Parts: sequence; C-alpha cells; structure tokens
Amino acid sequence: MNWIIRTLTCSVGKKLIMAVTGLSFCLFLVSHLAGNLTIFKGQKAFVSYAESLHSLGALILMAELGLLVLAIFHICFGIWLFVGNLGARPVGYAVKKNAGGRTLSSAIMPYTGLFLLVFIIIHLLTFHFADRGGKDVYNLVHTTFTKPGYVIFYLIAMIAAAFHVKHGFWSAFQTIGANHPKYMPVIKTVGLVFSLLVGFGFGCLPIYLSLS
Amino acid sequence: MSKTINLTLKVWRQPGSEAKGAFETYGAKDISTDMSFLEMLDVVNERLSVEGKDPIAFDHDCREGICGMCGSVVNGVPHGPQKATTLCQLHMRHFADGDTLVIEPWRSRAFKVIKDLAVDRSAFDQLIQTGGYISANTGAVPEANAILISQETAELAMDAAACIGCGACVAACPNASAMLFVGAKVSQLALLPQGRPEAAKRVQAMVRKMDELGFGACSNEAECEAVCPKEISITNIARLNRELIKAAFGSPF
Ligand code: FES
Repeated sequence: MNWIIRTLTCSVGKKLIMAVTGLSFCLFLVSHLAGNLTIFKGQKAFVSYAESLHSLGALILMAELGLLVLAIFHICFGIWLFVGNLGARPVGYAVKKNAGGRTLSSAIMPYTGLFLLVFIIIHLLTFHFADRGGKDVYNLVHTTFTKPGYVIFYLIAMIAAAFHVKHGFWSAFQTIGANHPKYMPVIKTVGLVFSLLVGFGFGCLPIYLSLS
Repeated sequence: MSKTINLTLKVWRQPGSEAKGAFETYGAKDISTDMSFLEMLDVVNERLSVEGKDPIAFDHDCREGICGMCGSVVNGVPHGPQKATTLCQLHMRHFADGDTLVIEPWRSRAFKVIKDLAVDRSAFDQLIQTGGYISANTGAVPEANAILISQETAELAMDAAACIGCGACVAACPNASAMLFVGAKVSQLALLPQGRPEAAKRVQAMVRKMDELGFGACSNEAECEAVCPKEISITNIARLNRELIKAAFGSPF
C-alpha cells in the first residue's frame, strides 16, 4: 500500500492522477455531448433520452458517484499542484517572456479549471438538483436558456472547456509517458479537434435553444 | 567590419543570498557586436571597477557553450533571445543599438542567489548524486562490442546526454520544475543496457529528491525545451514519467 501512496503523491504521480482523471472526463464529455445532441431531434427525443438514462437506476447512480470521485481527485490534486508550483518560485521575474513553448491554453489551465468547477456546480444546481415542478427536462432547459445571462455564462464556460481540453488532452498522454514521434502529432491533432467539438458542440445548444 | 552599439542594462544586484536585491541601471557604451554577452559584461565590469564600484557577479567557465556554468535571464528569456545558444555563445550582434536589456538571475526556490546573477545550482549536483550514475566494478576493461546497441538508441541517449546542467529549464519553467533535467539524466541512462540494472531505483530516487529540493511539477508548458541551449526534447520528460510508472508498478520495491 505504501508504495501506491508514495507513487501517487510524488510530482509525477500527482500529474498521473490529473492525466487519468482528465482522460476519463474526456470520455464522459463524449457521451454527454452525444446525449445532448438529441435535443436537435426535438422535445420527444430529448425527453426519452433523459428518461432512458434515469431508468438505468443503480447503474446511473454508480456512474454519478464515479464521476464525483474522479472530480474530487482531479480538483484536489490540481489545486495541490497549482499551489505547490506557485511555491517553487518565491521570487518572480521582473520581465518574463514566452520563449515559444507556452500556449494560451496551457498558460490559463488552472484558471479555466477553476472556472469550470464553478460552472459545473451551477450547471448541476440548474439542471440536476433543480425542482422541475412538473415540467419535463426539455422545458427546464428551454426556459433556462431564454435568459441571456445563462446563455452567455454557458458560452464562456464552453470556451473555457475547449481551452482546457486542448492543453489537457495531449498533456495527459505526455504525462502517462505516451510521447512518441509516430503518435504525438496524431494525439495533438485529435486533441485539437476534440476541443473544438466540445466548444462548438456544447456551445451550439444554448444558442439553438435561446433562438428556437 | 565590426560595429559598436550602446545599450542600457538593468541588472539585478544582490550583495548576498540573504540580502535584499534590486535592479541597477548601467550604460554599456561602445560594445562591439563581435563580443559575446559575457564579454560585454566583462567590459561593463572593468568600467565599474575603474569607478571603484563592485563588479557584477556572474557565473562562467568555458565560454564555449559546453560547461553549463553561464546563464542569466535576458529580457525574460533564459540565455537570451537566440535559440539553442548559451549566454556565453550569444553574440551582441543579436541586439540593436539603443536596446534596454533586463538581466536577472535564475529564479527558483531550489536555486538560491549567491550574488547578483550567480545562483547556487548545487541542487542539480544533489540530484546527480541521488541517481545520475551507474555502478561499475573496476577491473579489466570489458570488451567494447559485448553489448550491442543500435545506432538509433545510441543517438537518443546521446541527445539526452547533451544536457550541460545549466538550469535554464528550471529558470524558464513557469513552475520552476526540474523535470527536463531529471528527464534527460534518467533517459540517457535508461536507454542504454548499462543503465538498466539500476533504472527503477534511479528514477524513483531522483523524482523523490527533486520534490524534496523544492522544484515544481511539470505542467507540459514546453518552455524548457524552447530555451534549452542543447535542445533537449520534452520526450525525455515523457520517458521519465514512463520510467517512473514502470518502476512503481513493476519493480519489487
Ligand atoms: S560558460 Fe560554459 S557554457 Fe557558457
């Protein structure tokens, strides 16, 4: 047991936790997006998708608990790394220039992460733990997105998610040691495409609903 | 034909490791563009000495880009603006007349400023002592061709071994992480059969030491690779991660 804790709490181990949980979230995003897109097929399709999810009963509960555990690890280790890294340079530079490695998405990684945490809490409160008062889930989503504030907040969150995924995806492969000259270019391209899919895919829903 | 330029230097001056430092501004007049950056500092120091002032302390040794002693952050980039170049090999022709150069020491919790631009990089020595070696018995010289190594592998190991330990990777890293340095050291040995027997112990010990010394954790910003005077690739960090995972989950200890 000792060796597991020793490994997962060293700097490489902490990153490993971030990578594995992060990649799991990527898989979750795929299924979440696929499900959400049923909204384009109309109210009936969306409601029946939601109902068939809920009919899974214990399975869906387990999946939710699994996601919660992953989230707790991702958030705690992320904050641990962030704070630790701040401490690694107590005196900063007067002038610091990007030498060519850093990208916008890598530089804002902790901030997009924290913003997404706020987003997820609000997102769950709005849709998951909301008192629907007899309305179906489509109506709830629809009325929510008639409020421009929500639409704008969601769009910003999806841009943040796209940036987070863009750096996170290839980064996770690098961290688990899968940086290979043959595959890394493919991994980076897939990451970029996936981040765009996340941004546009999730982002088009509030726009579509607020217009329809 | 040699040209001369005039520069304004803003140099970090700090009398000792515990003392408070501050930037001082100096004029660097009539600097030949054929000079190296360190020669330019020499000229400034000579003038400071003549004026009875304390010359700027900076590290240097070989001045030919192979020892890893030199290095400062120039206008926000370790070793200055030229790619794959140490500060001693950076020529003044890369600067324009009238430029202002802000010169700072490497900044990291693990590298204390000794004086001005000179920093204590003994943390790297401690890392090497922890695992940057192989144990070899003395005795007769082994037969050179007894262990065959492919050219490609030898090249990869050689690329990692090109690290001169200057510390620019730590200085450039937004997290002050030493993973490129440790990755290079772990890689150069892990890639070769002679390094394999101790590979699992080495990587675990070096990562533990790196954390203990107060270096940050890599977040794959790749700034290290961009400033490395020897162009060490971050694939070496991936190999370090791989070696650690292999060691942790595969070794009996
Ligand atoms: S002085 Fe030796 S590398 Fe610059």
